[in-house]
Amino acid sequence: MKVAVTGLNNTDNPGPGVPVIRSILNHPDFSGEIIGLHYDNLEPGIYMDGIKSRSYMIPYPSQGPESLLERLRYIHSKENIDVIIPTLDSELYNFIHISDELAVLGIKTFLPTTDNLEKRSKDKLFEFCEENEIDSPKTFVINSLTQVNEILKEINYPIVVKGIFYEAYICYTFDEVSTNFYKIASKWGLPIIIQEYLVGDEVNVAAVGDGEGNTIGAVAMRKLFITDKGKGWAGVTIGDDKLIDLTHKVINALKWRSGLELEILKSKKDGKYYLLEINSRLPAWVYLTQAAGQNLPYYILQLALGEKVEPVREYEIGKMFIRCSIDLISDMKTYEKLSVYGEL
Amino acid sequence: MKLNKNLAISESGFAFNGSTGDSFLLNETATFIISKIKSNLSREEILDALIKEFDVNPITAEKDLIDFLNQLRTFDLLED
Repeated sequence: MKVAVTGLNNTDNPGPGVPVIRSILNHPDFSGEIIGLHYDNLEPGIYMDGIKSRSYMIPYPSQGPESLLERLRYIHSKENIDVIIPTLDSELYNFIHISDELAVLGIKTFLPTTDNLEKRSKDKLFEFCEENEIDSPKTFVINSLTQVNEILKEINYPIVVKGIFYEAYICYTFDEVSTNFYKIASKWGLPIIIQEYLVGDEVNVAAVGDGEGNTIGAVAMRKLFITDKGKGWAGVTIGDDKLIDLTHKVINALKWRSGLELEILKSKKDGKYYLLEINSRLPAWVYLTQAAGQNLPYYILQLALGEKVEPVREYEIGKMFIRCSIDLISDMKTYEKLSVYGEL
Repeated sequence: MKLNKNLAISESGFAFNGSTGDSFLLNETATFIISKIKSNLSREEILDALIKEFDVNPITAEKDLIDFLNQLRTFDLLED
């Protein structure tokens, strides 16, 4: 069997590709090859030993689904791929768009639906939470700074100013709101999201949904060390039935298909869990889940292959990960092959 | 008094709250008090045991015990 996986950018802001691959390779039932799909010739996963048999460059998501399909047709003609597992948010729309064509080629996927992606988007999440009685910080979607005064009648400073895709700033005054509003708008465009600021501890849950409302697996983790980019550099699995029940509720309400990550805050004020964000892919710390007893990437592979996967609830609490930064050695001949032929 | 059921304590004095991911290092006195809470002793019984074990005056022992129990409550580790 050949499984192609994207997201080999194992940098200080790592993509989930390498941990997804390592999880699949670790499963005792897996026998096959991994084909890497990369966007940049310097993605570290290309150079790591024991990760992939070969790797191919694919066009950036901004080039659209047609060029992706054309490139995948070429790669498929050489590799005869059985399953593709995309691991990055930004590429999902393109893969969903071409999933029927991939199926005709005999390439299986297990992707979220467009409806899944739209309902969890940052500007719709609060609405989704209200409809489904899920606690979430009060959120307002604005296109103009003049709307902020109205919002301040409902929530108090500090407030969080967030971009529609990335970036978030805690603001204590209108001046700070104004500065960050324009800073984010110039980078990511409008609308801007204004959110109530809650004090508490953030926890994360990685999970897989079967698309029919069932949660196949879910593992909760608390970050023990966070980099200056806000990425977890170490973490530990934690167990709390309320947290896992909340995950099941979210997956059931969305009929979520494939992997996701929930960002949740346990409020210091009332001890309740508040849903902050839903990321539409497995997280970069997903290798921890297989160590704790739930191989979430392998479940996605099984679901893509049409296999029946029994839901699992239990996992080991207190399992830790610590990320490691090492230098891989390569040479310009390797880089040359990647640059000239787009494959290795 | 009951300890949070998610709290795991090893003989070395390392404590891990499995529901939050918090971990703590307990000194000898803290480990002693925790062991007594686990044995379902009341606050007064723990205080007596502390005075006997550590040869400390009752006022200091009571102050230390109250401080430690409050710390356990702050970290959500004690269910009264």
